[in-house]
Formats: sequence, C-alpha cells, structure tokens
Amino acid sequence: MITRTTPGRLTFTLLNYLFLGALSLMCILPMIHILALSFSSGSAAAAGKVTLWPVEFTTVAYQNIISKPQYITAFMVTLKRVVLGTSISMLLTVLAAYPLSKEASQFKFRTAYAWYCVITILFSGGLIPWYMTIKATGLMDTIWALVLPGAVPVFNVILLLNFYRGLPKELEESAKIDGANHFVTLFKIYLPLSTPALATIGLFTIVGHWNSWFDGLILMNRPENYPLQTFLQTIIIKKDFRFISSDELDILRQLSDRTSTAAQIFIAAFPILIVYPFLQRFFIKGIVMGSVKE
Amino acid sequence: MLKKRWIREWPLHLMILPSVVLLFIYSYIPMVGITIAFEKFMPAKGVLHSPKVGWKNFQLLLEYPDIGRIMYNTVSIAIMKMIVGLIVPIVVAILLNEIRKQLFKRVFQTLVYLPHFLSWVLLGGILIDILSPSTGIVNQALSFVGINPIYFLGSNHWFPVVIVFSDVWKEFGFGTIVYLAALTSINPSLYEAAEMDGANRWKQTWHITLPGIMPVIILLATLSLGNVLNAGFDQIFNLYSPQVYESGDIIDTLVYRLGLEQFQYGLATAVGLFKSVVSLIFISLSYFLAYRFANYRIF
Repeated sequence: MITRTTPGRLTFTLLNYLFLGALSLMCILPMIHILALSFSSGSAAAAGKVTLWPVEFTTVAYQNIISKPQYITAFMVTLKRVVLGTSISMLLTVLAAYPLSKEASQFKFRTAYAWYCVITILFSGGLIPWYMTIKATGLMDTIWALVLPGAVPVFNVILLLNFYRGLPKELEESAKIDGANHFVTLFKIYLPLSTPALATIGLFTIVGHWNSWFDGLILMNRPENYPLQTFLQTIIIKKDFRFISSDELDILRQLSDRTSTAAQIFIAAFPILIVYPFLQRFFIKGIVMGSVKE
Repeated sequence: MLKKRWIREWPLHLMILPSVVLLFIYSYIPMVGITIAFEKFMPAKGVLHSPKVGWKNFQLLLEYPDIGRIMYNTVSIAIMKMIVGLIVPIVVAILLNEIRKQLFKRVFQTLVYLPHFLSWVLLGGILIDILSPSTGIVNQALSFVGINPIYFLGSNHWFPVVIVFSDVWKEFGFGTIVYLAALTSINPSLYEAAEMDGANRWKQTWHITLPGIMPVIILLATLSLGNVLNAGFDQIFNLYSPQVYESGDIIDTLVYRLGLEQFQYGLATAVGLFKSVVSLIFISLSYFLAYRFANYRIF
C-alpha cells in the first residue's frame, strides 16, 4: 500500500508511536520496578528510593528465598503439578478431540458425546458441591486434587477438534486403505500435523497449572502441600505468617517486606517471562486458527 | 450391519472414555450436589439425607443484608469491564495496524501480552506494592506533581476503578490478537480504491476498517454477555480487604466467605445456584444471538 507523506500523516505516525510506546511501557514497567526492588537493600526499599534501578545492589533477598524450605517445597509441588497435569490433560485432549472431530456418519454417538462435554461448560454445580465431591473422592491433600478435577479442558478439546477437521480427509482415507486403525491414524498422522495447535494448547495448559492458586488454597489442608502460587498468596497477599517459624520471621523483618516480596514475585514470574516470548508466534497462530473459521 | 458398526467404532468410544468418566465425576456429580441449596446441610447425614428445607435458603438469600449492594457491585464491575475491555483492544489493534515497522510491532506485542500470562496473585502483589499510599511508586509520582497520596485499594471510591483499570491492563494486549487477525483479512484493494477517491486515513478507518472488523466485534461483544455475573473472583479476592467490601464484594467472594469460611453450605450453594442459572440464561442467549447474527457455532 502506498501512503502519501503529508504533515498530518507524519504527526499521526509520531503520536501513534508515542502512544503505543507508552502503552507497552505501562505493561512492563511494574515488572521492572519489582525486579529493581528485589535487588535493592531493605532500607532503600523501605525509604521508597527505588524506582527502576536497584539502589544499594544486593542479592540478599534471593539468598533468603533459596534458604527458605517452604518456597522450595512449594516450587517442587508446582513443578510436579505442571508435569503431571499437562501430560494428562494433553493426552485426554488429543484422545477426546479425535472421535469428536468425526462426522456423525463415521461415529454415531459423536453428537451425544459433544453435548455431554459442552454441558459442563454451560452449567456447573458451583463451588461448594465441587469442593465436596473432591473431598468425597478422597483427593484432598494429594497432588491429584490439583490435577484430576480439571483434567479435561473442554475448550481445548473444541479448539483441537476444529483443527483436526481442517486436515484433508484424504489423509485419513489413504491411511485406512493402508490398514491403519484409529489409534495409528491419530498418533502417526493427526498428531504430527497438529503441532501448532498442540503447542498453543500446551502452553496454555502449562501456564494455567503454573498460575493456579485457588484450588491449592481450598483443597490442601497442610501448607507444605501448597503449590507456589498458593504459598505466595498466603504470604504476599494475605500476609499470613503462621507458616513461618519465628527465626525466619526475624530474617524477614531485617530484609524489609518489600524486597523479599518483590524477589518472590519475580522468581514465580521468571519461568513464564522466559518461555512465552518464544512460543508467542505459535499461540497467535493457534488462537487465530481456532477462532476464525471459514 | 449393526454389529459391524460397533466393531468399527469401538476404538472411538475407548478414546473418549477417560474424559467421559472424569467429566462425570468432577462435573456431573457436583451438579447433583446442587440439592444442598434446598437443604439444611449436615455433614454427618450427607448430601442425600440432610433435612430438606425447600426454598428457605433462597429466602435467606433475599433477606441477606448486603445482597442488593453485592448484586450491584457484581453487575456494574462486570459491565464496566466488558465495555472498556471491548473498546481498548479495538483501538489498539487499529493503531498498531498503522505501524509499518515490523520490529516495533513484534516488540510491542511481546510487551503487552506479558501481564496476561501472570496470575492475579503475582499481579495482586505487584499492584499492592505500586499502589501503596506510603511507598508505592504511583503515589510517589502523584506527590511529585502535587497530588496527595491516594489509598487506591482501601478507598471505596477508587477500588472499582482500580479493578476495571487493572483488568483491562492485564487483558487488552491479548484481546488485540483476534482483531489484528481480522484486520489482516481486509482486502487491501479496498484501501487503494478509497485512496484514489481521495479518502484520508481517518475516512478509510471509518468506512473500511471498522466495517471490516464489525462481524468480529459483534461476535465478541455478544459472547461477552454470558459474563454479566462474572466480575472476576481471582482479581478481587487478591486485591480486596474488609474496608472495601462495600464497593468490591461480589457474588463469588460472597460464596467463598459463606461456604468455605463460615461453613453455611446450604446458603452458599443457593447463592452459587442463583448465579449459575442467571449465567446459563445469559450464555444461552448470547450463543443464540451469536449464531443468529454472526453465524457463530462452537463446532
């Protein structure tokens, strides 16, 4: 497209760059501020001297976290949860999307199953019955309580089944002629072709598990079973120091609340900050493919 | 014939079986648990044998002292989020589309998607810090221009503003993805033709760009209707405190407090059921409208 360069156009372009630049700064500056705080001395932070650059640089806040068993324990719970939860969810998504992507002539019960799944998005029992069901199935205080109740992400199933449907029918037919059964067709032909969709769903599942805190809060009775975000929720947001021994509380006081909070936030955000820029292209493609249909 | 069909289709049944079982246990059984809303629930007697009380829990709900205010908070916060959250991504997508430098585009997108990927626990921690009246950088900046410190998270005047603003801040970047995709699908020759006819950029935006993405706008606006009672539990729970219950208490936080803090299972389930029913009506309505006017179907 050819654009004429008029003075008005030039002013607009300039203002546009400034505006969008300011918007992107608004999204990243709070994070930079937290990073700067986490590397500053407690006294400088408490005096409010830190803006975007560490004042009196120190790593004492991080050393403190590494020496704190609770943080490490919570980190490990989250790690376990991400690995277990993501693999189970992905397997179930792949398996469920395949039959649902078939035409009714190929799979008679397809529509019934589809409604069975969609109803769970439309209607739910609500918090209390959900909580009591999980309690009744005996999952409380186990890692499975964080993994199984949400193991079938129906939205992702729909996204993937729409993707499967976009694949050429001939692929499946020729595989069938070559003697492939449904499992072989799914894992040898559909799966390799759906990497962009799988990457998108995988990223969202990982981020979802990494970020979950509420289920940990209500389904785990013992704080040592808390995943990282739940642990942080009780420490940072609710300022509940019951779980911390009195020695540690003294160290925390010396540290200043602000630097320690900042460091804990930053470590919890770090894996995501590292991973998502690389997967960005995938998920943009994936979302667009899932949402815009011909 | 019937037998042959079964032989051909059993692997498909097998594939979906684990999902069906899990959904049954963790989605369908809780639906049965809704009966708690009509009971005076006693843990010893269980869901099926607790004394039935009919609609008494709903009566209690109507007489609950703050229910009017909580309903108002929920709906008003949700609607403000919907409106601002709809407009900002459209404007940003259109402005971003005017940028010709690919590098700037990519950097911009990477930065504005960032908050979407962080949890409300972390963002809550960040907001609590930067909005603090004594040490927060926002108030330091305000005092620099001569404005007295504002206790954003402790004032009933400012709390809803912070909620709406921070929600839009977290999600607008992500919301632009779909609009940008819609923008790229507009035929460039339309712009060339308009250019020939002497339309300036503003006129082109008004007469080509906006109508071009209108179907997507209508679709997303309609679908967001289903969220009219979702004011955002994660966000509010992590930012509010008893001082701002007046302006920030919503249905979901009420359910949490009644059920999991005060153990009033019957009443909490009744509140939850009320929310579910209203939401179901709105979701059904919005899907119907989306199908009717934007020809949208889930699959």
